[in-house]
Amino acid sequence: MALAHVHHILPLTTIVRERVLPVKGKVLARLNQRVSPTDVVAEATWSREHIFLDVSRTLNLSPDAADKLIRCKVNDRLAAGAVIASGRGLIPKIVKTPVEGRVVAAGGGQVLIESGESRMELRAGISGNVVNIIPDRGVVIQTAGALIQGVWGNGRVDTGVMINLAEKPDAILNAKRLDVSMRGSVIIAGQVRDAETLQAAAELPVRGLILACLFPSLLPMARDMRYPIVLTDGFGAMPMNSAAYKLITTNVKREATLNAETFDRYSGARPEVIIPLPVSSEPAPPVDVETFAAGQMVRLRRPPAVGMIGTITSLQSGLTTFPSGLRAAAANIKLENGEQLLVPLVNLEVVG
Amino acid sequence: MPASLVEGDSLLAVDIGGANTRAVLFDVVEGTYRFLASGSAPSTAEAPFKDVSEGVRNALENLQMVTGRTFLGADRKLITPAQADGSGVDAFVCTLSAGPALKTVIVGLLSDVSLESARRLAETTYTRVVDSFGLNDHRKPDMQIDTLLRLRPDVVIITGGTDGGASRSIHKMLEPTGLSSYLLAPERRPAVLFAGNQKLDDEVKELLGGVSSALHFSPNVRPSLDTEDLEPAARELTSLYLEIRKRQLKGVDTLESWAGGYVLPTAYAEGRMMRFLGQVYGGARGGILGIDIGASAAVIAAGFRERNSLGVYPHFGLGENLPALLQYTTLENILRWSPLDIATGVLRDYIFQKSLYPSSIPATKEDQVIAQAVTREALYLAMQTAKRDFPRSARVPKPGLLPFFEPIIAGGGALGDAPTPGQGLLLLLDAIQPVGVTTIILDRNNLLPLLGAAAARNSILPVHVLESGAFQSLGTVVSAVGNASYGSLIVRARLVYENGTEARADVKYGSMEILPLPVGQSAKLTLQPQRGADVGFGSGRGGTTTVSGGAMGVVIDGRGRPLILPDDPVRRRELIKRWLWTVGG
Repeated sequence: MALAHVHHILPLTTIVRERVLPVKGKVLARLNQRVSPTDVVAEATWSREHIFLDVSRTLNLSPDAADKLIRCKVNDRLAAGAVIASGRGLIPKIVKTPVEGRVVAAGGGQVLIESGESRMELRAGISGNVVNIIPDRGVVIQTAGALIQGVWGNGRVDTGVMINLAEKPDAILNAKRLDVSMRGSVIIAGQVRDAETLQAAAELPVRGLILACLFPSLLPMARDMRYPIVLTDGFGAMPMNSAAYKLITTNVKREATLNAETFDRYSGARPEVIIPLPVSSEPAPPVDVETFAAGQMVRLRRPPAVGMIGTITSLQSGLTTFPSGLRAAAANIKLENGEQLLVPLVNLEVVG
Repeated sequence: MPASLVEGDSLLAVDIGGANTRAVLFDVVEGTYRFLASGSAPSTAEAPFKDVSEGVRNALENLQMVTGRTFLGADRKLITPAQADGSGVDAFVCTLSAGPALKTVIVGLLSDVSLESARRLAETTYTRVVDSFGLNDHRKPDMQIDTLLRLRPDVVIITGGTDGGASRSIHKMLEPTGLSSYLLAPERRPAVLFAGNQKLDDEVKELLGGVSSALHFSPNVRPSLDTEDLEPAARELTSLYLEIRKRQLKGVDTLESWAGGYVLPTAYAEGRMMRFLGQVYGGARGGILGIDIGASAAVIAAGFRERNSLGVYPHFGLGENLPALLQYTTLENILRWSPLDIATGVLRDYIFQKSLYPSSIPATKEDQVIAQAVTREALYLAMQTAKRDFPRSARVPKPGLLPFFEPIIAGGGALGDAPTPGQGLLLLLDAIQPVGVTTIILDRNNLLPLLGAAAARNSILPVHVLESGAFQSLGTVVSAVGNASYGSLIVRARLVYENGTEARADVKYGSMEILPLPVGQSAKLTLQPQRGADVGFGSGRGGTTTVSGGAMGVVIDGRGRPLILPDDPVRRRELIKRWLWTVGG
């Protein structure tokens, strides 16, 4: 019994997603509230920088003596130039805060002030119902629709109507294909091979890019883009897997959320495309683990035929020796083009 | 060893790696402990499982199929101790390397003293040093606080001050750690290891005790300026590592209860075993070297007379961290090891794609060639990094080269999986570039760390297993150090077998020769280096030594040290193909 990872490419499923603030904040959404992707569900403020004032050292006093001279306490809001402490004598040394801020720690002859307060708004990211509130942190949203998992994301989230610029799964998108009519849309493309195209998409701006793959050399730039980028298959020059291509392109002109989360194998966070769909009853949630079996649709993770979709026709008993010389448990796979291949199980993931 | 001295307890040892979890059974056969069987399954530290014990249970089920014995009850809990019906096991130990490298900040005083010790200490386990703060740091305390808040380290290692020495400076260095921890939510606070001036322990407790997720103390890593003692601090770091892993990874606490506390980081267990082997076998021809490269990290453990050295390098691991390799080398440098003409773009795509699926394996020949080139470069870089911390007194034939080691024991997924012994050996020779005469042993079943963990429970078991032939000897390697023009004679070798017959080889510079010597046999090897080459007896000096056989016999490597590959890619690939052919392809 060999356990299989599952790569979700599902036309209709129940999708439950946690949306949480990175720091403590205030949850604005209510339980059972219907939210749209741009709704702010929680907010927080945090400080960009801190100012450390060592009163004891500046005034050349013991920490205890310095504490007696410190005029502020924790949570005091201070204006720039406010006096923190002043020494003794005819011409006393004065310690002032150089910036406006809030005292977060005071004691031991020292004061720590936070400044440069920023406000952070957490948007719902997907349309759906708030099914749980995580106190001080965020919400859990449930929706129904198509789910297409990716393998890489640039950390951004946005929603827009999908436009297909990939006539075929390995179509290459270039800057010339992008025009003003695509502003605010999510673009479906096969591959991007140059920085100009990423930049042109930013200048429109688009609401997101769904790509099969990207050259690794473009990853740093892709990370800097303000719009989400989801890669469905990997790196280099490979076509979009047929299951994802079919599902995405049949939903063109629908609104899709690109949750281009960074792939975190430990938390399970994965980049994904969510296409909310109307349903009369709650569809089955995705299954995360399967055991390999004949008849399953699978995706190949390594050469040969990397990224291709096939079906398990049978599982090999014992270990199989591959052209690489390695021996591993394997399955017979029939690819969509009819070709038959023997593939190590560890190089397969079930699509479902 | 008389059978009466053997306790007769069966022992299960499990290693949870970044990609795979392996379960190994040791039991008594005819009065001595033996490695009986192993079973493996994919590791389950990651989503959707998020529970390392699930992978352990799967590996144990695999082992049950292999051995026909039962280790898990109907509730999938370990049956311990062994039952009258033969089910279960008497003892269980576990090693762990799965999980992301711990983000670590090191704090010390002088960059070339205490901070250097802190770095070496961090490198004894699976950490990634993300920043360091020292006396010469130009950043103000508030900037250091903001840096710590941004980095959110898992661990802060604080060193500095000789015992009874500097205290005020260290106190100053503690402030950013204390204040930033205070500002973080309790669940995000780092664990702190203080391994500096012991006189400050109480002060550190007062300053950091309430604001760190765990505060550990160890004896000073620098009790005096010219003394470094990492061992006690490394032990403490190990317990801190496991504490953090218990918080991060579900299932570690279950395994700890099965093991009665005998859970160790894999690298630490391997280091412990190398220390033991160093005491037993090391000395005559040099230090002893252990190498392990897998998905989580490259681990280099070396035992010398003076001291031991353990280097754990997650950035040279072959799994999810693989793209980090490109921060230390170039695509061209990796491809210099390839016998096939492979485009840099193909290699770059391989590296990034492999990082997505660390447990995947090469199925095609080209993929395997790329995988081996990457492993060579990662291991080469790990070796070069580890070399910095070898004792200066270690005997080297020439500055910049590796010290003499005997033997070299290599393990880890990437090496154990080499399709042929020859490919495995050549990979090791290219990456490690040993010198002189050494025996190369392949730990195909990755037993070394498991024996290191088992040693704490059963001190006889590792000795028996080591002597039982559970490790595969690849043979004896003679590596000549010297320079000559390609094709000129560099070593004359004569091997006299136990039955009196002999074999000879004239080894030319740039080539390799093999003299057959089967496993279990020994022979007298006489070496006559030419053109001032050093084969371990001194420059230009010959000698005779007893060598033992192995899967590859006696391999004489006349390619020179350091190994310099031709710049011309066609010629280089031809040479690599020839070397591969020599070792059996």
